[in-house]
Amino acid sequence: MRFVDEFRDAEKAQALAAQIAALCEPGRQYKFMEVCGGHTHTIYKHGLEDYLPESITLVHGPGCPVCVIPMGRVDDAIFIARQPDVIMTSFGDMMRVPGSNGAFFDANAQDADIRMVYSPLDSLKIARQNPDKRVVFMAIGFETTAPSSAMTVLRAEMEGLENFSIFCNHVTIIPAIKAILDSPDLRLDGFIGPGHVSTVIGCRPYEFIARDYGKPLVCAGFEPLDLLQSIYMLMLQLKEGRSQVENQYSRVVPWDGNLKALQVINQVMELRPYFEWRGLGFISHSALRVRESYAAYDAERQFLVPGVRVADPKACQCGEVLKGVLKPWECKVFGTACTPETPIGTCMVSPEGACAAYYNFGRFTRQRVKEATRA
Amino acid sequence: MCLGIPGEIVEFMDDRPDLAKVDVSGVRRAINIGLLENEKLKPGDWVLIHVGFALSKIDEEEAKAALDFLEGIGQAYADELAALADSKID
Repeated sequence: MRFVDEFRDAEKAQALAAQIAALCEPGRQYKFMEVCGGHTHTIYKHGLEDYLPESITLVHGPGCPVCVIPMGRVDDAIFIARQPDVIMTSFGDMMRVPGSNGAFFDANAQDADIRMVYSPLDSLKIARQNPDKRVVFMAIGFETTAPSSAMTVLRAEMEGLENFSIFCNHVTIIPAIKAILDSPDLRLDGFIGPGHVSTVIGCRPYEFIARDYGKPLVCAGFEPLDLLQSIYMLMLQLKEGRSQVENQYSRVVPWDGNLKALQVINQVMELRPYFEWRGLGFISHSALRVRESYAAYDAERQFLVPGVRVADPKACQCGEVLKGVLKPWECKVFGTACTPETPIGTCMVSPEGACAAYYNFGRFTRQRVKEATRA
Repeated sequence: MCLGIPGEIVEFMDDRPDLAKVDVSGVRRAINIGLLENEKLKPGDWVLIHVGFALSKIDEEEAKAALDFLEGIGQAYADELAALADSKID
């Protein structure tokens, strides 16, 4: 395991930390949300909070696609998996996400055939090899994975495969950020924008955050220095009274995104009127479904899923964690009833969930002697 | 699933123009390159891969830095590589 003092360019990190500290106005508190779960992972893994002045707080956002899938959708997927001749396929991350009667793993141990795949294209191959089965892909993720599901549907159509469909649970990042901006619980000073989602959507869709809400946003890479650099860019904007969208990760993220990826998403999918996010509730126009013209590839239409809404377990405070209102360790069941081995809430399931990241790394971070800027 | 992993394009496949063989930390697999059809990819180019699809073209320096970082994060990258090794889409 690598700690702060071990990562490459620790000297550069300390220099950046000093520059960040120099921008802090005395008596002012700063709160920045990192939207993406990958960033949360880096922050805990490398103890980045130890590099920052006490007056800067990082708030963990809703950008873990596994974490935001509501229990009802897991139940629906298991319902599909239990229909005759169905093979359900899923990314490994989903296998332990609890539904109201267990997770995919539990269903598999009973009567369902749910297989882990790396790519939706693996799922397509299973369909090709099993013409007498109906193969369904559990499609999850933000705009990073939506194009791959759409491309796979187009490929299935091209091959004339009739036994393949996707159960579409793709969500879109912008409405979630807007819901957080409109929520009265939380006052934020700016956003660390997601890296890989932005390779698809680009930086333009964030402009309303700067323009209408007056909050700066910086798209950031995933290395510790990327995040510190982005925090510095946010602090500089605040110091200079600017609110703009900036791109720290321009070596990977084009300003306009990936137009081909956006085009295939739009060809195969359309916005749902509303979608339930675990912990955040219903958010308008925040998710994608398969267009009617591709109904043959839409598991939701093919299997008439029950679509029953299931309330989150009472003890679970994932919602507050996903909105950044609670830190993981402030949840009542964190580390006691809810652990990565026996998760109650989704934030503990995915390695990118704030709770799992903190459980795995944060405990060590907090024990460490504070250094750098605070010396 | 959320990890973007850098791969080097090794060869194209004559019968499947939408696919290319890439090398990711020594694991060689076919991935889909259809989302980068406007990038005129050639062998030796580096791409960032998500769930079997190349999502963006990156330069070699960025690829090396990203690999360094991923190898440092441990289990999550090991899991992603193992999943890629199990993948056979061609």
